[in-house]
Amino acid sequence: MAKYVGERVKRFEDPRFIQGRGKYVANLTLNNMAYVAIKRSPYAHAKINSIDTSAALALPGVIAIYTGKDLQDSGVGALPCGWLVPGTKVPVRHALVTDKVCHVGDSVAAVVAENPYIAEDALDLIEVDYDPLPAAINARHTTESGAPQIHPDIENNISYSWELGEKEGAEKAFAEAEANGHVVKIDLINQRLVPNAMEPRACVADWNGFTEEMTLWTTSQNPHPIRLLLSAFTLGIPENRLRVISPDVGGGFGSKIFHYPEEVIVPWISREISRPCKWVATRSESFMTDSQGRDHVSEAELAMTAEGTITALRVKTWADQGAYLSTFAPLIPTAFYICLLSGLYKIPNVYGIAHGTLTNTVPVDAYRGAGRPEASYVVERLVEEAARVMNMDSIEFRRHNFIGVDEFPYQTPVAMAYDSGDYNKLFDKAVEFASYQELRDAQAKARKEGRLVGIGVAGCIEASGPAPSKIAGALGAAVGFWESGVIRVHPTGKVSLMTGSHTHGQGHETAFVQVVADELGIPMEDIELIHGDTGKVPFGMGTYGSRSASVGASALVISAGKVREKMKRIAAHQLEAAVEDIVYDQSNGTMYVSGSSDKAMAFGEISFAAYTAHNLPDEMEPGLEETSFYDPANFTFPNSAHIAQVEIDRHTGEVTVQKYFAVDDVGNVINPMIVEGQIVGGIAQGVGQALWENTVYNEDGQLLSGSFLDYAMPRADGFPRINTDRTETPSPHNPLGVKGCGEMGTITSTVTIANAVVDALAPLGITHMDMPFTAQKIHSAIANKLPVAAD
Amino acid sequence: MQVTITVNGKSHTRDVEPRTLLSDFIRDGLNLTGTNIGCDTSQCGACTIHMNGQAVKACTVLAVQADGSNLTTIEGLANGDLHPMQKAFWNEHALQCGYCTPGMIMSAVKLVENNPSLTEADIRHGLEGNMCRCTGYENIVNAVQSAAAEMQGA
Repeated sequence: MAKYVGERVKRFEDPRFIQGRGKYVANLTLNNMAYVAIKRSPYAHAKINSIDTSAALALPGVIAIYTGKDLQDSGVGALPCGWLVPGTKVPVRHALVTDKVCHVGDSVAAVVAENPYIAEDALDLIEVDYDPLPAAINARHTTESGAPQIHPDIENNISYSWELGEKEGAEKAFAEAEANGHVVKIDLINQRLVPNAMEPRACVADWNGFTEEMTLWTTSQNPHPIRLLLSAFTLGIPENRLRVISPDVGGGFGSKIFHYPEEVIVPWISREISRPCKWVATRSESFMTDSQGRDHVSEAELAMTAEGTITALRVKTWADQGAYLSTFAPLIPTAFYICLLSGLYKIPNVYGIAHGTLTNTVPVDAYRGAGRPEASYVVERLVEEAARVMNMDSIEFRRHNFIGVDEFPYQTPVAMAYDSGDYNKLFDKAVEFASYQELRDAQAKARKEGRLVGIGVAGCIEASGPAPSKIAGALGAAVGFWESGVIRVHPTGKVSLMTGSHTHGQGHETAFVQVVADELGIPMEDIELIHGDTGKVPFGMGTYGSRSASVGASALVISAGKVREKMKRIAAHQLEAAVEDIVYDQSNGTMYVSGSSDKAMAFGEISFAAYTAHNLPDEMEPGLEETSFYDPANFTFPNSAHIAQVEIDRHTGEVTVQKYFAVDDVGNVINPMIVEGQIVGGIAQGVGQALWENTVYNEDGQLLSGSFLDYAMPRADGFPRINTDRTETPSPHNPLGVKGCGEMGTITSTVTIANAVVDALAPLGITHMDMPFTAQKIHSAIANKLPVAAD
Repeated sequence: MQVTITVNGKSHTRDVEPRTLLSDFIRDGLNLTGTNIGCDTSQCGACTIHMNGQAVKACTVLAVQADGSNLTTIEGLANGDLHPMQKAFWNEHALQCGYCTPGMIMSAVKLVENNPSLTEADIRHGLEGNMCRCTGYENIVNAVQSAAAEMQGA
């Protein structure tokens, strides 16, 4: 029946991008526009004694300069945190600080000028008198005595502590394993990353004094939540007078979910000076102001029987949240991390505790995977080490501990109830796809030649499309996680879709249209998707957590069902038949009387009839437009089996990824081309963490990796061919049977490569090493372990 | 200072500050916003254009240095039609968010024009100066291979 779903349909959005017509915020210029630049702190931690703007104000072309006092005196509120676990202490975060800076890049003042060059010049003329203070920069050490106190009311720089699972059961299992089985322990650092979407953040704000309405264009993954936070907490303009538009957004990877200071500052200035204002981040500003990712320090351990049956997994984590709590920061090391610590395995006792700590660094929040890569890293490093200790093949060890195909839905000890999966089938496919035994045989041969070849395996679980809202609320969310979907059938039979999801690379303008075209039986060309504009779309929650297809497209499927029902009622009325006798032919959008296909009406005929309203059933309202707000019953649980081969140059320590095979189960697939693109792109990002990327602060809190010259981004020559395949176990609880595909690659590839690198180094007695696996780090580790005269 | 620069076949004479970057001249001065800016250290390649037949990063050229030059931006690559490289990027799903795409295409076109027998390694090496955070580069490599075949066939 499906004509489009499952097909590799070329993307509708691409013509504008390949021809340079992308509608990015930075491309928007309005008449009489002024330009904003932000004065940022050069110190990680310092008291502000005074701010002298007089020289800057005297510069020709400077319109005004504002400080935190100006904003707060006018009633602008602090930026809120939208996820609070019990007992969370929230540091006060203002769009412009007043008395103290807490990280390099903290916003101190804002200049507005006639052009961006003058605005930048003025920044240099603002004199800020600081008293620098000692800085805390490490997730764990910041909690120790003697560490600088960052916020006056948050003792030991611990914002919250959150624990979940079978604490006593785990203690008992570990005691037993110490006596009769095995325990493996690893201390892990999951290093901090900079998301680095290629488009820097930007805002354009336009206050219309005549209508007293504000329009804000912002690089956001979720314009409605931004509007809500602006209205209810920061800017104070009511939602009905505030329109937030996220047009084309050049990548997000989580970093554009959050409510940022500039989204307050730029519209505030626009209203103040009654002119449109624009701010575009430089890449340097992105490095010191975009929320960063990961940064966990963990002690992890696994207990098993003498036969290799896992009996407990326990982890203690210090999660660096940076200087303030970004919008969803506490979610990441709690529900998105500890709740995933069961992995693909049947583990009776899982227990985790996370301390959300504060440091003098850029705030940390969701970055592609967001807590789930950290969980996978813990689980799959432990599993790999456990297999090594047991002298078992790591895939066999995994199979021995998998949740069985007949055990779904599976309730883990850490809140999540997995919807569906077949992990043995997944690994069967991966083993065959990668020719796993041949890889192992070749590795054995290479090792005999003294080469450092490693095979890495990982099998990971993801929880995507957070839901339902009431559970999210119980876990700490201040918002719901449903999505809206409107289908507006126009009188001519052309269709507009409105979704609260936002596409910034995911291809919704194609995939969502594929879904609805099949649902209604009309050509894709007759449908367009509208998104990213609070002035056009009903309230929606946006795009993150790999939720758009499972939640957003599902909402449209439900609306399509309502549209079909209404159309059938119109057809029944006009064809003088009973509604039950009307067949909606989804192959071509016609409706006919069952058994007499000559009595039929086309999609366009009924659409028109709905609007003329000349001949509708009694009590039927005219028009043809349906809305759904879909709140799923559960997350979806995509899962993966990845296998990689690396070789380490014994002279330089450089790691080369030679082969990569990924089998993922993301449920049903709407557009395989897009899904494969998401998986491969995600894998590349995860490999980036394993091999190259690292955010480095020195002891004063200076960001040493503050540009693309210092922060090693994945480049085209860093990868082999990435081979992807999949199994398809539909999610049983959303109408499309889809699961999230945006983050699975990232969640799995980092630990796959880590396992491969450690496997390569195993003959040298190395059983763990922290990422990234740079040549320098490996070289130092192996230099004195290799035979001196090797080749 | 006054500069005269030909962009996509059209000559523009403008007064610019000596410090004006060519990327800003193109975007703000001429309103050709297809040339995106992704960094401030000449690393990402999003702003790559053709200047007198060579691929250059427009953020690393001053407008005054381009005085008298002949530039092509993404908007002028095929003058309303699609260049084989643009078609290949579309066919091969070589873009997701689209932000790096104009620069990537402009680099790739010169890469192919300058080397008629590109290997995959040549393509990967040749695109090292253009970052993409979305695709993992795989489909970009596919697109360049496919476009190269078409460009050489033409």
